[in-house]
Amino acid sequence: MSNVINVKDMCLWYGEHQAIKNVNIEIPEKSITAFIGPSGCGKSTFLKTLNRMNDLIPGVKITGDIRYEGTDIFAKDIDVNNLRKEIGMVFQKPNPFPMSIYDNIAYGPRTHGITKKTELDEIVENSLKRAAIWDEVKDRLKKNALGLSGGQQQRLCIARALAVDPKVLLMDEPTSALDPISTSRIEELVLDLKETYTIVMVTHNMQQAVRVSDYTAFFLLGELVEFGRTEDIFSQPQDKRTEDYITGRFG
Amino acid sequence: MLNRSLSKKRRGYEVLMKALMLLSVGLTAALVLFLLVYVLIEGIPNITWELISTKPSYLTGHIGILPDILNTVCIVIATLLIVLPLGVGAAIYLTEYASNKKVVGIIEYAAETLSGIPSIIYGLVGMLLFSNNMGTSLMAGACTLVIMNLPTIMRTTQESLKTVPQSYREGAFGLGAGKWRVVRTVVLPGCVDGVITGCILSVGRILGESAALLFTAGFAHTMLTFPTGMKSPGATLTVALYVYAKEQGEFGVAFAIAAILMVLTVIINFAATAVQKHFEKRKNI
Ligand SMILES: Nc1ncnc2c1ncn2[C@@H]1O[C@H](COP(=O)(O)OP(=O)(O)O)[C@@H](O)[C@H]1O
Ligand SMILES: [Mg+2]
Repeated sequence: MSNVINVKDMCLWYGEHQAIKNVNIEIPEKSITAFIGPSGCGKSTFLKTLNRMNDLIPGVKITGDIRYEGTDIFAKDIDVNNLRKEIGMVFQKPNPFPMSIYDNIAYGPRTHGITKKTELDEIVENSLKRAAIWDEVKDRLKKNALGLSGGQQQRLCIARALAVDPKVLLMDEPTSALDPISTSRIEELVLDLKETYTIVMVTHNMQQAVRVSDYTAFFLLGELVEFGRTEDIFSQPQDKRTEDYITGRFG
Repeated sequence: MLNRSLSKKRRGYEVLMKALMLLSVGLTAALVLFLLVYVLIEGIPNITWELISTKPSYLTGHIGILPDILNTVCIVIATLLIVLPLGVGAAIYLTEYASNKKVVGIIEYAAETLSGIPSIIYGLVGMLLFSNNMGTSLMAGACTLVIMNLPTIMRTTQESLKTVPQSYREGAFGLGAGKWRVVRTVVLPGCVDGVITGCILSVGRILGESAALLFTAGFAHTMLTFPTGMKSPGATLTVALYVYAKEQGEFGVAFAIAAILMVLTVIINFAATAVQKHFEKRKNI
């Protein structure tokens, strides 16, 4: 099993405040890695660093070495937009654009230069099918995406991310704003997707981590405390702090 | 006992305050209503098709305000054509691109201050800056109005840019869109309402402006054509109102113009509210 993303000695500061402390991790390919840890421990921050979404926040300083398929993602000749095409993102709150379902999915491909109608039609259909929402929306592709339910919107956002053909999908608590039924649909979907994609998923729900992930990383106060196969982390944690957290002693 | 007398006192105080407030509301409403009705009663009988469809002639003593109407339209169009790209561009730069928050703050403060300056000062500066170079003309007037309305357009656009959810921008960046694509496809469509509101407010302001134009655009009632006539002087409706009332003692004509302007202002206010309501509704889908 090879690793898609390798992180060495990464630190991150928001101004004076250090949010990530010396993290080392290797994310295995075509599997699901879950990030768990109490609120404010830096999971989202770390996740967003992987496709450089933190660039948008002023005053962020990052040190260390992050490699995606062997290339330094902070190298001068890296095109951030291409990096984000390779490493897609799904956010905590579903955030479809206020446009039609079709245009939402076609947004990414159009951004990367695909303009032919037939080609776009195909991408839209395939992406929606892969995100298991095609049957629900195929008759209303021209309708505004904001009219969908929360769960549908989130699957639409997953479809939108898939439409640019990424290799890695970063998901930041993708089900935290959804009801249990929508949540389990997304979990099924994510399990399906790992055949093709590498998935990194932040979750505050430990059952979810156990249900879907192959690997689990436990963060605490900006540090990566422990990383390993999910069954190992939850059955025989090496670190006292991990044990305390997964047995519900804090967090 | 003590409590009861205290609460009685309080209640009396409440009633008094309420009465005073009602009185001020009543006075305000009465004043506004009186003004509206008075102008309309004095003005409407004087509005004839002849008045609004002909030009004046000093030879026959005939009065027509068609040139003034056209001048007004020309100046509104010219001002908007210049001020829109400037104001919207500045707003986009300040909210989406500028990274130095201090400088942004100073510019926003300056814009705020600029919009509070008496318009006669704009007229004075406009005269030195524009009329002395391109002559007293509609164009010089429009340029002066551009400076006056730039803060309005900029601020309303900025305000509505700030209401575009950050999550839209994140979503677009996350798909690998560049800055300009994000602005053009996700941010700008979300601020159309602000731009339209700004436009409507500006049109209202231009219609009502006289001091700044007296200095810069002049008093001519000659027929002009857009855009070549922009180089010549011309009076807008408001300036014409001043000229007819003050210099020719034609109060009937002045009130006719006043009534027209008043009706237009009311329409513009309704339009601004309607636009805002319309977009608010769309945002809540
Ligand atoms: N944009 C920001 N500016 C400053 N501090 C931030 C910002 N985002 C997060 N932080 C801080 O960084 C720490 C980690 O936050 P975050 O990554 O959101 O945690 P998590 O996702 O694990 O709940 C927190 O202390 C938070 O207050
Ligand atoms: Mg988070």
